[in-house]
Amino acid sequence: MFRARYPRRLPAVTLVAGLALAVSACGGGTTAALPEASPSASAEQLNPNANLSKQSVTISVWPGYTPEDLAARVEEKLRFKLKVATHDTNEIIMGKLTGGADTGIDVAFVSGQYAQALNAAGLLEPIHPELIPNLANLYPEAKELAFDPGNTFSVPYTWGTTGICYRSDLVKTPPTSWNDILSPPEDARKKVTMMTTERWLALPAVKALGMSVNTRNDQDLAKVKEKLVAAKANLLGYDDVTFGDRLKSGEAVMVEAWDGWCPTSEKNIKFVVPKEGSDLWVDTMVVLRSSKNKEAAHAFINFILDPKIHSWAALNILYKVPNKAAMDALPTELKQKNAPLQMSPSQLLAGESIVDLGEDSVKYTRLATEVKAAQ
Amino acid sequence: MTVPAVSGATVNTRSRRSRLAERLVFLGPGLAYLIVLLLIPLATVLSFSLFRRGRFGGVIYEASGDNLVRLADPIYLDIVLGSLRIALVATLVALLLGYPTAYLIARLPRKWKTIALVAIVLPFWTNLLIRVYAWIVLLSGPGLVNSALGKLGLGPFEFLYNQGTVVVGLVYSYLPLMVLPLYAAIERLDPRLAEASANLGARPARTFVSVTLPLTLPGVLTGCMFVFVPSFGNFVIPELLGGGRSIMVGNLIRDQFLTARDWPFGSALTLALLAVLIVLLLLQAWSARRA
Amino acid sequence: MRRPRLLYVPFWATYVFLYTPIVVLVVMSFNSGKSPYSFTGLSLKWYGKLAGNALVREGLVNTLIVAAGSTVLATVLGTLLAVGLARHTRSRVLDTLGVLPAVLPDLVLAIGLLVFYAAVRMTLGLQSVLLAHTVFGMAFVTAVVRTRLTHVDDSLEEASRDLGASPFTTFVRVTLPQLMPGIVAGALLAFTLSVDEFVIAFFTAAPTTPTLPIVIYSMVRFGVTPEINALATLLLAVSFTVVIAAQRMTRLTESLS
Repeated sequence: MFRARYPRRLPAVTLVAGLALAVSACGGGTTAALPEASPSASAEQLNPNANLSKQSVTISVWPGYTPEDLAARVEEKLRFKLKVATHDTNEIIMGKLTGGADTGIDVAFVSGQYAQALNAAGLLEPIHPELIPNLANLYPEAKELAFDPGNTFSVPYTWGTTGICYRSDLVKTPPTSWNDILSPPEDARKKVTMMTTERWLALPAVKALGMSVNTRNDQDLAKVKEKLVAAKANLLGYDDVTFGDRLKSGEAVMVEAWDGWCPTSEKNIKFVVPKEGSDLWVDTMVVLRSSKNKEAAHAFINFILDPKIHSWAALNILYKVPNKAAMDALPTELKQKNAPLQMSPSQLLAGESIVDLGEDSVKYTRLATEVKAAQ
Repeated sequence: MTVPAVSGATVNTRSRRSRLAERLVFLGPGLAYLIVLLLIPLATVLSFSLFRRGRFGGVIYEASGDNLVRLADPIYLDIVLGSLRIALVATLVALLLGYPTAYLIARLPRKWKTIALVAIVLPFWTNLLIRVYAWIVLLSGPGLVNSALGKLGLGPFEFLYNQGTVVVGLVYSYLPLMVLPLYAAIERLDPRLAEASANLGARPARTFVSVTLPLTLPGVLTGCMFVFVPSFGNFVIPELLGGGRSIMVGNLIRDQFLTARDWPFGSALTLALLAVLIVLLLLQAWSARRA
Repeated sequence: MRRPRLLYVPFWATYVFLYTPIVVLVVMSFNSGKSPYSFTGLSLKWYGKLAGNALVREGLVNTLIVAAGSTVLATVLGTLLAVGLARHTRSRVLDTLGVLPAVLPDLVLAIGLLVFYAAVRMTLGLQSVLLAHTVFGMAFVTAVVRTRLTHVDDSLEEASRDLGASPFTTFVRVTLPQLMPGIVAGALLAFTLSVDEFVIAFFTAAPTTPTLPIVIYSMVRFGVTPEINALATLLLAVSFTVVIAAQRMTRLTESLS
């Protein structure tokens, strides 16, 4: 098949391709539209006494974000099967969920602004609080989140902020400002990473310039872009997932990081919230409207909010959970060792919530594209 | 599926009807499959590019030329041109490495020839992502190349995360696809032609330029196409080896479907990718015919 | 004929270039330490860890289901199509259509199927990947079997028909046996390509049914771990065995025919 025989056929290849395109001009219009459904208005009646053992729940979550034996524990306690699928990033799961094809997911873990977008697209089932008594375990602050006040379509799983994670032994002076990342000192050049997901890509420059993380102003964004392009020359790369390893190996000395992902359990790794302020991010659980196992899905969320289960994230991956009982029960030693765990809910709420910007969110997409394409 | 055999007297009607049936049986299933799962999907891409973006992915069925206009925006044009450049450089490097390799393999004794060829193909049959990952192990800051250089008192250098490493990754991934068609072309070459040229007093370089190269040109073009096509639309290698610092048109397309959820523009970009390739394929076909 | 010395430089460069990373991966897979950058001692522990990795196992099973299913489908459809194209039509357009998926960039096919599946509200899962992989698998089977057909003497088929055999019998008893080496080669190609295919699977798989390349992509993105080295070594060993076996088999069939 590697004989050089394609070339002779290639004119015909293009002919067929052209044909295909021509066919489409007439045929395309008949394909079904993705409905611009209205946000969750009509709540389906859920049966609180449904026989859960006849249901099964499929969740999609970041790898390593829930206990490894979660499925076994759910089956033991709730008597239904749990399947755990994983997604690396918000984008990947959003791509699948908004695609229009049926994914078979009942509960998805996504960040707050993405939950908001899913809800606006009419893809989410409203949360039925009567099926989740453990909502009472949440901090009052966790019910006032800007993207979903009152937890109407999402239940927070973890929360935190974004800051600078750094090697205290490899930087001369500890960073205190976003400008330390945007224009690093000589010895840290090319040893700095920033995040690649668009809103967090913009965050350091947005905050350094004293703007709102939710700014839609074109002039603001033009300044942000200028700052980010200038910062690019000193970056090692854009990195959302491996910055912790890079700090450990010394390949990077200072990175933009979510507090939970900063490996503060290592001796020389520290986390700081820059003085210009930062954001409040929340990773949430949402129930898909397309789910056929909504009662079991709610039972699953209720199970997660059990302090014994919910504290797993804090104990094992050092993420703060918005669950008062779970946080109160953490060993003091763990909190002392890992400064980010000491942040109180009110301190967290001082950070600005990232919310979905609707039509204007494309501005951030374009910003990210322009920054990455800049030479 | 069975068509009854008929006696010789009715051969004419038999053959006409049964031929139609045979055509249907042999061509029908495959073509039906290709129409449903290839032509209609491509048609859907084209039609999507002419609609408006749904706010949360998908499309709104209102005709709009915006997406095609947006293609001309300098930023997207730059990315397409940048990808074109990277893919061309990768193709050229693969050709410079691949041609001599294929040439020598074709001149090896039969037994060695097989081994040498299998050795070229072998890496190709292992997972592409893992092969790319191997380069991260080798080239990263604390990686093996740097530790070796460190022992010589050099470095450490930051090799990764620039366009150069993207090119290395692309060449590494698709080099076998360059060598194979080149080998096929060179192997069929009659060695006496080159001998004749040499006997007539041509220097080796001269013989190469005016005898060997023109005769193997179709193989060169095929190999270049095999490297160029997957390089141009790639998004994995720029992401892993480029550190997200440079993006190619493949990343842009992927981002439209995942991050931006702008399906119509993603479709328009996909068509642009296809269009560039079709133009190049036409050029190739044209030059192959002339050669 | 003289072989210019200078040519040996790129020749060896090619092989060194192709194999250095592979050697590194294999050696580091037996490393006892966690650092992927320095060798601290021999150990098989990463293979043990790999065996315990449920995600990798699940991905492997999914990949094998998809590859086996799409290979069967592609081989049947592709063989019929190749015979049909060679014997029952002279259309160059159809001819080109048959091999089009093999020359199309994978991203284009992936996006096409993504929007198509979304438009018809297809349930994503292994079946959506299987159907997608059949598209290009079929093109490769068609191409290989067609090449084989040009070497098959059609006078045998004519003789069979003249002797009163039905077209079906002729196809099964005369054409098919002669095509067998091509069909086997095509099927093998379709299978291998499906096992390794990432881009199309990435866009058409459900989040619940990742194939092995999707799992690997996720592992690679999440950083360098020795587990990946172990996985790479195992995959290499399997590919190596398959390639050698295929080489032996084609030589065997060649010597028989």
